[in-house]
Amino acid sequence: MKPRIAIFDFGCCEGCQLQIVNLEEELLDLVALVDVVSWREAMTGHSDEYDIAIVEGSITREEEMERLKGIRQNAKILVALGACAHIGGVNCLKNFFEMDEVLEYVYGKDAKHFDTIPARPLSAVVPVDYAVPGCPIDRKEFLEVIKALLLGKKPPIPNYPVCVECKMKGNVCVFDKGMTCLGPVTRAGCGAICPTYGNKCEGCRGLVDDPNLDSQKEVLQEHGLTVEQMLNSFRMFDGYMEVAK
Amino acid sequence: MKDGKINVHYLTRVEGHGNIVVDLKGGAIEELRWEIPEAPRFFEAMVRGQSYADAPHITSRICGICSIGHTVASLQGIEAAIGVQPSEQTILLRKLILHAETVQSHTLHVFYLAVPDFLGVNSVIPLATTHREPLLQAIRLHGLANKWSDMIGGRTTHPINMVVNGWTRIPTPDELRTLRQQITDAIPDLKAWVEIVKTLEIPDFERETEYLALKRDDEYAFYNGAIASTDGGTTSVPEYREKIKEFVVPYSSAKHTKAARESFMVGALARFNNNYEKLSPLAQWAAEEMGLKPVCYNPFMNNVAQLVEVAHCLEDGVHIIDELLAMGLEEEVRSVKVSGGTGVGATEVPRGLLIHEYTVDEGGTITGANLIIPTNMNHNNIERDLKALVPTVVDRSKEEITLSLEMLVRAYDPCISCSTHLLTVEFV
Repeated sequence: MKPRIAIFDFGCCEGCQLQIVNLEEELLDLVALVDVVSWREAMTGHSDEYDIAIVEGSITREEEMERLKGIRQNAKILVALGACAHIGGVNCLKNFFEMDEVLEYVYGKDAKHFDTIPARPLSAVVPVDYAVPGCPIDRKEFLEVIKALLLGKKPPIPNYPVCVECKMKGNVCVFDKGMTCLGPVTRAGCGAICPTYGNKCEGCRGLVDDPNLDSQKEVLQEHGLTVEQMLNSFRMFDGYMEVAK
Repeated sequence: MKDGKINVHYLTRVEGHGNIVVDLKGGAIEELRWEIPEAPRFFEAMVRGQSYADAPHITSRICGICSIGHTVASLQGIEAAIGVQPSEQTILLRKLILHAETVQSHTLHVFYLAVPDFLGVNSVIPLATTHREPLLQAIRLHGLANKWSDMIGGRTTHPINMVVNGWTRIPTPDELRTLRQQITDAIPDLKAWVEIVKTLEIPDFERETEYLALKRDDEYAFYNGAIASTDGGTTSVPEYREKIKEFVVPYSSAKHTKAARESFMVGALARFNNNYEKLSPLAQWAAEEMGLKPVCYNPFMNNVAQLVEVAHCLEDGVHIIDELLAMGLEEEVRSVKVSGGTGVGATEVPRGLLIHEYTVDEGGTITGANLIIPTNMNHNNIERDLKALVPTVVDRSKEEITLSLEMLVRAYDPCISCSTHLLTVEFV
């Protein structure tokens, strides 16, 4: 029997699922190898019988925790898809405010109709087996992860910083251009795509397992930047980490 | 089915979560709701305290499908707030990448999400065996749009190099010439799909409503313009609150809107109805072939209008590239002097008019935001269309009624994951 895959989403932009669609012809090859049993964004029909659950988005409401726990129970392997599911992502910017205030700012006197909790990654609610990092995910890396899972191997996600890939690309260092960059501590695998396109690394893939924070501080000092500025940059995707401590 | 309930819990093949709830008694509608249970994400609240420069990259994450459109609207809103006027080159490149997104989103919707209903299958996946050649043509068009975004914006979703007052990387002339060739090569695939879509049985249903879209004298407006209505008149973008009123309904986390009438529609059909004369020759040919004429009051024809716009974006994309090559691209100075203020940006994204408004203080920190998303504007019109559609199909089986209601909502190409990020405006 082909491995059964189900794709779900919580609070997110669904851009990572879109990267799966963006595999174009390769998606046809992929769906020939697996049985997609649930994917609300792209197909009608649903089954709770699946081996691999691929979950996008972060948890932002009480009721979502139960839904996620149900998915965890059904799945042999749970994969967090993209920054929101993996590290909390951009949704966690909300966590720097009081939830009541956020609700009232957006819905005014009608705030009472809605509920929200501080945003969190999947791993804050259930055990997560693997993650495809990034905002959005890199579709080639997604394919590599799925391939590894189908072969019963551990997915190959790099554990060295973006700086390594950036140097290999021969890019001018972002710090030398006068910008703050999270490349020295952020997990590689994106091919340093943002610095390559002239921008800074925004840290969407989360920290490497053992980030060299002292070295990062040195780099900051060298360029006259403060830890405060650095932490603020982290908030765009890694705010959960800061809130958690 | 004259009596009973229809409950489509989580409509499939749309972006985000929506439910259709209908209760019929003796062939009459006892209750009908288009519910939006999507988790709100509160972007307006979240951007407060962030730098003006980060707003486009944060709000891009509202939507994976129209991240380029959100980036453009955000850039326009921020630039208006801090008093910056970007160069002609910057604007032309923004217009070029917006076209890439429109082609990507429209092809995704028409080919992958809507067409399966017309062919009686549950997703695009079975078409790999039953309709392989048209599917490969669809994939090529969709793939072209993604290559187009990659080349101009660094990647397909959440563009990297679009920043306030310019670009951190501009394409080389060689890249633009390659893209020009790829677009030209895709036109036969588009034409083949026009031939297919004209054979599909589009439901014959009309409900007169108001259509809002940006309008310009010199081009089919996507990047900017004034807000025009098929009921007549235009409203300047900064005065959008004069035209568009938001209100909350308790069963929906997305606010509803209305303008002159009880509801209005935005999106491809609204743009087509307001701006038909400005379409490119290929697009006008496609419209004629598929029997689409302004003003069209059939919401199912939004699928057709989307394909017409794909034709326009391909042809106009080539035109913009020619203009850029003739101008000669050059690196520009992007630094800006920030003055505090409030600014409104409005652009046409695949699903319609998108508005981003920001207030920025003297130090460049965002202090307030209001974002109005097209699907949000359409919710009210969708619900009223559903109410008008039910009596025309009530003699059919429950399954047929359900499919017909689902197809109507899908025709709007709703992007519900976007549509909840709204801010308090005056309630009416």
